[in-house]
Amino acid sequence: MTALILPPGAGADTAERSSPVPWHGMLWVTWRQQRATLVSVPVVLAAAAVLLVIAGVRVRADYGNLILRGDFNNGDWAFAQAMDFLMQVAPVLIGIFAGAPVLARELESGTFRYAWTQGLRRERWVIAKLALLGAFSAVLAGVFGEVFAWFFQPFISAGDTSVTNGLVFDTRPVVFGAWALAAFMIAACSGMLLRRTLPAMAVTLGVYLGLSLLTGSFLRGHYPVSGFWPAQSFECAWLVVLSAALIVVTARLARRRAA
Amino acid sequence: MNVIETTGLGKAYGKSWALRDCKLDIPEGHLAALVGPNGAGKSTLMNMIAGLAVPTEGTVTVLGGYPAGSPRALDSIAFVAQDAPVYQNLSVSDMIHLTRNLNRRFDSDYATARANELAIPLRRKAGKLSRGQQSQVALTLALARKPRLLILDEPLAALDPLARQDFMATVMTAMADNGVSVLLSSHAISDLERFADYLVILSHGALAAAAETDDLLADHRVLTGPADEADRLAQTLTVVQDKRAAAQAHLLVRTADPGDPVPPGWEAHPVTVEELVLAYLRAHRKTPSAERSMVPR
Amino acid sequence: MTVLTLHARYEADADRLHPVPWQRMIWVTWRQHRAAFISVMAVLAAAAAFEVAEGLKIRHDYAALAACRPLSSASCQALNSVFNSSDWHVANTVDIVMQVVPLLIGMFAGASVLARDLETGTFRFAWTQGIGRERWTIAKLVFFGVPVAVAAAALGELNAWFMAPILPQENMTVMTATVFDTRGIAFPAWTLTAFMIGAFLGMLLRRILPAMAVTMGVYAALAVVTWLFLRPNYPIGGFWPAQLLEGAWLVVLSVALTAATVWLARRRAA
Repeated sequence: MTALILPPGAGADTAERSSPVPWHGMLWVTWRQQRATLVSVPVVLAAAAVLLVIAGVRVRADYGNLILRGDFNNGDWAFAQAMDFLMQVAPVLIGIFAGAPVLARELESGTFRYAWTQGLRRERWVIAKLALLGAFSAVLAGVFGEVFAWFFQPFISAGDTSVTNGLVFDTRPVVFGAWALAAFMIAACSGMLLRRTLPAMAVTLGVYLGLSLLTGSFLRGHYPVSGFWPAQSFECAWLVVLSAALIVVTARLARRRAA
Repeated sequence: MNVIETTGLGKAYGKSWALRDCKLDIPEGHLAALVGPNGAGKSTLMNMIAGLAVPTEGTVTVLGGYPAGSPRALDSIAFVAQDAPVYQNLSVSDMIHLTRNLNRRFDSDYATARANELAIPLRRKAGKLSRGQQSQVALTLALARKPRLLILDEPLAALDPLARQDFMATVMTAMADNGVSVLLSSHAISDLERFADYLVILSHGALAAAAETDDLLADHRVLTGPADEADRLAQTLTVVQDKRAAAQAHLLVRTADPGDPVPPGWEAHPVTVEELVLAYLRAHRKTPSAERSMVPR
Repeated sequence: MTVLTLHARYEADADRLHPVPWQRMIWVTWRQHRAAFISVMAVLAAAAAFEVAEGLKIRHDYAALAACRPLSSASCQALNSVFNSSDWHVANTVDIVMQVVPLLIGMFAGASVLARDLETGTFRFAWTQGIGRERWTIAKLVFFGVPVAVAAAALGELNAWFMAPILPQENMTVMTATVFDTRGIAFPAWTLTAFMIGAFLGMLLRRILPAMAVTMGVYAALAVVTWLFLRPNYPIGGFWPAQLLEGAWLVVLSVALTAATVWLARRRAA
C-alpha cells in the first residue's frame, strides 16, 4: 500500500494550476524536493576540495624540495594515486545519490500522483527536474575536477603520469563533469524504469561501469580526433548527447507510466 | 494479578513531555480502552508497555511484575502497532511462517484457518491486501502467538464500519476463548463504548481517569437545576464539567457513593460513556497544569 | 480453557523460559533479504566470471607477446600495444572495481539490512516478537554478513590469480596498497567491516540513503588512513603476517560494530 504523503509544499500547486508551471516555479519545486541532495552533495564535495587544497599546498612544498633532493616524496604519490582512484568512482557516486532517488522515490512512495497530472505537463516536470539537477551535478563535478587538476599538476610535471593516461584523462574537468552528467541521467532513467531507489542505484553502478570500461579499453582508441583537447571535447560531446537522449527516454517512460 | 502496572511513568522527547506522572493498575481479563485526542500520549504509553520505548522516568511492568520489554514480557505480549505494520512485500503465508520462527509459541493452524475464514488469499502479498485485511492479518498473527496481553494501537482508525465490526468480533472471541486481556487505543470513543469494560482516559500527556467502565458510570451523574444555586452546590461536590444555560445548570459530578441523595430542587441523570469521556477531556484541557507543550507521537 | 488454568501454566513456564533458537533466524534472514543476498552473490559471481575470461585472455596475449620475434616487427608492436593499453586498462579497472566491492556491499546490503525496518516502521512488528530485538539484530548481521564475506574470500583468491601477470609489468607487488587489499585475508575482512559499518550507520541514522552516503565516507576514510598511516607501521613484515594482522583488527572492528549496533537497537526508542 502506498502512503499518500504530500511532500512539503511541492506538487499541490502543479496539480491545481491550469497553465504549465513556469520555469522559475520548477526551480523552486526542485529545490524543495531535492534540497537534502542539493545541500549534501556540494557539502561533501566542498569538504573533499578543502582536503585537496591542503594536500596540494603540501605537495607543492615537497615539489620544491624535489629539485634539491632529486626525489619526490613517495607518500605524496601514494596519496595522489588514492585520490585519483577515488576520482574514478566520484562521478557515478554523485550520479547515483543525486539521480536515482529523483523519480524513483516519488514512484516508490506514491507522491507522483500529486506531482504528475496529465500529458505534457508530466513530461515537462521530468525534463525540467532532470535538466536542472543534471546540469547542477555536472557543473559541481566540473568545478571539483578543476580543484583536483590543480592538486594533481605537480605529479604530471614530475613525469609520474600524463594527462592522456586513461585514469588521468577521466578526471580532467570537462570530461569529469560530462561523466557525472551521464551517471546522473543513467541513474534517473533507471529509477523511472525500476520505480525503486535501491535497485536503480545498483543498476546504475553496473551500467556506468560497463560504459566506462568500454570507453577506456575500446572507444577512446577509435576517436576520429587526436590530441588532448579534441579528445576531451569529443568525449564530452557524446556524453552530453547520450544524457539528452536519456532525458527524452525518461520523459517518454513517465508519459507511458499509468498513474 | 495486574496485566499492566505503571508508577510515575513519564516519557520526554527532547525537552517536551509526551506523557508524565502516569499511574495505572489494570487487572487481567478486561478490554481496556485507552482514549484521548491525537497527541494525548496514547502511542507513547503503548510503546512503553510493549517494550519498544524506554521510559524517561517511572516504571512499567506487565503480567504481574515482568519489566516491559524483558524476554518474558515479549514472550506473552502481542503488539499490533498503528497502521498494522506487516511486511508489504511478503505473502500472508510468509508472514505466518516468519512470525512462527520469531516466537516460542505459535499456532500456525489457527493463523491459516483464520486467514481462510476471512477469505484472505495466503499467497497474496500483504501490500496488495485492503487496509481491513491487513489489519486482520496483523491481528491474526498476534493472536496466533497465544498472548496473555494483546495491545492494539489505533487498530480501527483506517477501517470502514464493517471491517471494524469484524475486527472487534475477532478480538472479543479471543477474549472469551483464551482469556486474553486487551489494551486498545482509539481517538474515537464511539467505537469502544460497546466493548470496553475498562477505561483509561489520557489528555495532554496526563492520565485523566482510569477505572472499570461500570464503576465510572455509577460514580458519575449529571445534576440539572437552577443556575443561581449552581455555584453554592459546586463547592460541596466534585464537579467534572459545569455547563450553564440561561437559567439552568448541568453539572457532571463525581459522587463517592451512588446512593448519595440528590440535592432538593435538582434532578439527577445517569451519564453515557461518551459524555463522561468528553467531560474529562474538556476538564483536563482547562486546567493550567495541562498547558504543557506536547509533541505528537 | 479458563483464565485460571492458563495463568497457572504460564507461571510454571516462566521459570524455564528458553529463548527462541538462533537457527530460526536463518530462514527469516533469507526470506527478508534474499533479493539483496542474491544480487550481491550474482555481482560477485559476475565479477569472478569476468576475471576468469579476462585472466585467460591476458595470459594468452602475454604468451603471444613473449613468443613474438623479432620484437621490433609491426605484428609484435601490435601485440605489445594490446597488452599494454587494452589489457592494462581492463586490469586497472578490475583493480579499481575490486577496491570498491567491499564498499558497495556495505552500502547496498549493510546499510539497508536494518534501516529498512526503521524507515518503514516494521521494526514495531519485529521488535515485539518473542525473539527480542537483540537476537534479531545479531542474527541478521551474522547470517547475512558472514556468507557474503566468505564469498568475497573466494573472489579475492581468484583476483590474486588474475593479477599475477600484471604485477611485474606494472612494477607492483603484493604489498602495493590496492593489491594487498584485494586478496587473501584482507579482502573478506574489509568486506565484513564494510557490511558492519553500513549496518551500524543504518541503525544510527534510521534511513537507508543517508546511511549509504555516510558509509561511503567512513569506509573511504578508513581505507585511506589504513593505506597511509596504519599499514606502513605494522610491527611485522611479510605478506602473510601483515594480512593476518590486518584481518585480525578488521574482524575485531566488525565485532565491535556489531556490539555497538545491538547497543543502539536496545536503547532505540519507538
